[in-house]
Amino acid sequence: MGQEDDRTARAGSRRAAGELEAAALAVLQSAGSALTPAQVRDSLGGDLAYTTVVTILSRLHAKGVLTRLRSGRGYSYTPVADEPGLAARRMRGVLDAESDREAVLARFVSGLSPADEQVLRRMLAEPPDPDAG
Amino acid sequence: MRILIYVPLAVSVLAAVGAWPLAERLPPRTATWLLTVSAVIIAGTSGAALGLLAMAAAMRLPVVAAMGGMSLRTVGQIDPDTLPVGVIAASLFGAAVLCALRAAWLRTMALIGAHRDARGLAGDRQVVVIADESADAYAVPGRRGTIVVTSGMLEALTEPERDVLLAHEQAHTAARHYLFTALVRLSAAANPLLRPLASAVGYTVERWADERAAVVTGSRPLAARAIANAALAAAAHPPRRTGGSVLASLAGSDQLGRRGSVPRRVGALMGPPPKRRIVLLVATIGVVAVCGVAAVHAAGDLHAMVEFAQAAT
Repeated sequence: MGQEDDRTARAGSRRAAGELEAAALAVLQSAGSALTPAQVRDSLGGDLAYTTVVTILSRLHAKGVLTRLRSGRGYSYTPVADEPGLAARRMRGVLDAESDREAVLARFVSGLSPADEQVLRRMLAEPPDPDAG
Repeated sequence: MRILIYVPLAVSVLAAVGAWPLAERLPPRTATWLLTVSAVIIAGTSGAALGLLAMAAAMRLPVVAAMGGMSLRTVGQIDPDTLPVGVIAASLFGAAVLCALRAAWLRTMALIGAHRDARGLAGDRQVVVIADESADAYAVPGRRGTIVVTSGMLEALTEPERDVLLAHEQAHTAARHYLFTALVRLSAAANPLLRPLASAVGYTVERWADERAAVVTGSRPLAARAIANAALAAAAHPPRRTGGSVLASLAGSDQLGRRGSVPRRVGALMGPPPKRRIVLLVATIGVVAVCGVAAVHAAGDLHAMVEFAQAAT
């Protein structure tokens, strides 16, 4: 798609965090084996700092997109295998927190606070209101 | 003119205070329409008010007065507004336009992206089940809309409760709720005073879909149980979310005080069906109409002032 090409074209010195995450994920997905941050940095090209790549990879790991294995003193990373799961996470806006991606999804239930949870359990235990039917 | 111009700003404050009481008292469909249309009108007129204030001040600049062929002295006599007010109004107006454009752009890109991803994931199917033990379910807006449900959510619900879930999400896509939420967010981006309206509409579209699901499945207590069980399942097996969405889910509950949006929805379904409240509806429409009339009058006044000042040269 045109947009993707554009992204690769702009793969120069300064890129938004979201684009770097997408690029790093693409590198790992095409690699076929676990890669260390240094290897990812070489594949990404440009003049990225090693620490930047480490930050990107650990952020993706925190989001559940990557798994990591101990390798020497650091880690090596692979993408989480399940394709539908990944597509679904992408849909939730994993790679682009700046966008409204999450907000356009009409979620069945929103988050519960611990107090809400107690209120709900009490409500389920109550007999229903006779007027409610 | 001066007083008329401040009416939309005063109405914004009133709307911010009244949004949640209206959202909870009016039937959800009425509340959604009323709050969304009000937000758009108030955002439009308060933006126009700032624009008018800025223009009135700009007319006091010799360059502008000369270009418009106006008498600078006459302008100064009719309109006592000082330049600082104009500068503040102009910067607020500029910020409102920029924020609205940015919000429109982000929302459009998100809608396009979500639609593309949904097609990639679901093809032409309307409902997709993902193998995922976390409990989650959502509708992706689009021409027909795609409903995504995790296997974890399906396991947590009984067969009739699953029907409620599907009817709820289908109500979102069929009534194009994403258009309401997008419009009200856009209005709130242009006029931050309207933010409570945006979160209130986020709640009323959920209530609208809840009531619809209760009608489709034929039981309000069943719909209440389905929502409660789904929320408890989602709390026990939370879907992985990004930082932004955690904030979004908190934002959904902040306005509700002691109870979050899910217990309120369940409580509303356990009680009697919502009643029509004509007086409340008419009163709100009246206030918003005053806002529109004031803005039109203020624009008329400014126009008259320009003509007067032109005639004076």
